[in-house]
Amino acid sequence: MVKQGVIPDELTKPFWEAANEGRLVIQNCTACNRLQHPPAPRCGACSSGDNLEWRQLSGKGRIYNYGVVHDCPVRLLQEDQPFNVAVIMLDEDPGIQMFSHLPGTPPDEVPVGAAVEVVFEETANGQKVPEWRIAA
Amino acid sequence: MTTQEAPASVYRSREGLGIWEHRGKVAAVGIGHSPTARRWDNKPETSVGAWSILALRRAMEDAGVTPDQVDGLVICPVTTTGAFWPDDKPIPMDVVNAFNPTDDPLDGIAKLSAEWLLKNMPELVNVKFTSYGPGCMSNAICVAAQAVGDGQTNTCLVLKGWHNFEGRYYQGGAAAADAIPGTSAISRLWGTPASYGTALQFAEYCRKYGKHHDMMAPFMSNSRRNGLMFPEGYWAQHRPEHLTTEDYLSARWIAKPASLFDNDIPIMVCAAYLFTTAERAQNMRQKPVYILNHAASRGTPRSLTPTLDEVEAETASTGRKIYEGAGITADDLSFENMYDGFSLFHQFHIEGLGYRGIKFGEALDFYQTDISIEGPNPVLPSGGNIGSGRSRFWMHTDCIQQLQGRAGARSVTGVKPEIAVSGGPMPLGGNFTVWSSTPG
Repeated sequence: MVKQGVIPDELTKPFWEAANEGRLVIQNCTACNRLQHPPAPRCGACSSGDNLEWRQLSGKGRIYNYGVVHDCPVRLLQEDQPFNVAVIMLDEDPGIQMFSHLPGTPPDEVPVGAAVEVVFEETANGQKVPEWRIAA
Repeated sequence: MTTQEAPASVYRSREGLGIWEHRGKVAAVGIGHSPTARRWDNKPETSVGAWSILALRRAMEDAGVTPDQVDGLVICPVTTTGAFWPDDKPIPMDVVNAFNPTDDPLDGIAKLSAEWLLKNMPELVNVKFTSYGPGCMSNAICVAAQAVGDGQTNTCLVLKGWHNFEGRYYQGGAAAADAIPGTSAISRLWGTPASYGTALQFAEYCRKYGKHHDMMAPFMSNSRRNGLMFPEGYWAQHRPEHLTTEDYLSARWIAKPASLFDNDIPIMVCAAYLFTTAERAQNMRQKPVYILNHAASRGTPRSLTPTLDEVEAETASTGRKIYEGAGITADDLSFENMYDGFSLFHQFHIEGLGYRGIKFGEALDFYQTDISIEGPNPVLPSGGNIGSGRSRFWMHTDCIQQLQGRAGARSVTGVKPEIAVSGGPMPLGGNFTVWSSTPG
């Protein structure tokens, strides 16, 4: 399934550039040593915008939760219904979540708790996006 | 007069604030509702602006207040149910020109300003206080209650209007685009409908506590039953159909485990209340319903979507704030009218309240007992959004009507209606009000 294209903006440009290079990066506050996702102009803990960096992560995580979308508002994805949308929690910090269609996993056959690893998929305009597959 | 959004400091969003300083000194008296419709029919007289005026006039009449006695107006400026006016669609100038417009031609059609209302309600000659409580009626109630208590207004109208246009819910706009901005793409590329986040929390809840979606059926049937006894509501007016267990269990999924009926139906409707001081309320047409407290949740998730742990921590905190400011305990509640649109988070609200002593993970079992208006443990006697359509205010109207003794066929009979709580919307992010038949 092909997702909508992405137009990187100032805040998220490093995230999307890294995805095009096959790397997963997440915003990190060096003062708090705390990851945050989605990215924000300031740290959610200390409110400072001066200590934010992008940290490369391993691309490993676990399936925390999921739902099955049967009535999708996004036109480009409607022909692929129903599909999984899982919540992945990263091994480096289980408080950090990412969404995933879990390519290769049939709808509603999602093994909650299973280990997953990141892959990078092309969207409609060629921008790559982090996705997740169940680890071999 | 320029109308500003109420500052964050108005809302009682922290624990430890003690008893609300205006406890029992502010009262709701009048209620006014517009009719309901599934969608706008493009006529001036059924626009969100026109129906807002109708609701406001009905609230004044209900309270026995003349327009010149009103000195305050608190509204929600955003009126969309999820439908926005398409950029390429011509503005209906016949509708615009049927009223006294503001600089924004969509004012009164796809949004609502205090300026537009005052231009089109020339009878409100003495309004000196206006404020926006954006989001829901729940916000506006908090803003108005605080303003009356603080003496910024003595006789205040509170309004929430909703518009709903043609087209599918939340489709169009960014959802129809070939590409979207990077910041929103981080959460929106996966094409989730509005109920997805709640569905996730419910799925986690079921896994943790060994519950399942079918256990929601008694709650859903009870809500629709109550809604059908709400003559102001959409289902009662247009589709007087009970929702059976079979109907509910056979409904198609939207975002499994959220089905069609777990999603509230978007409608057009407006409601207004008239608030005043407890002292002034003694001389009005209807019995005063006193406000013992207003409280707010401003919790935010650590990452993309709230976990069950975050939900439960926040609803518990909200419950403590509600009780602390009102000077009551869960045992004092005659009934609850917490939010339900989506149905799958109502249990989070009432578990956070500890309604009838229930703890986390127990609400779905509680739903299998007598939760009717005739029983000792009424759950959502308004029927909420599930029972009457998406307004986010049936629960407030119901609290006022029940405590005034004019809820009609919907009146709770298994308990004496003395103290009730209403509010929402979300477990993380909402506003709540405690109502009482006496000043306390």
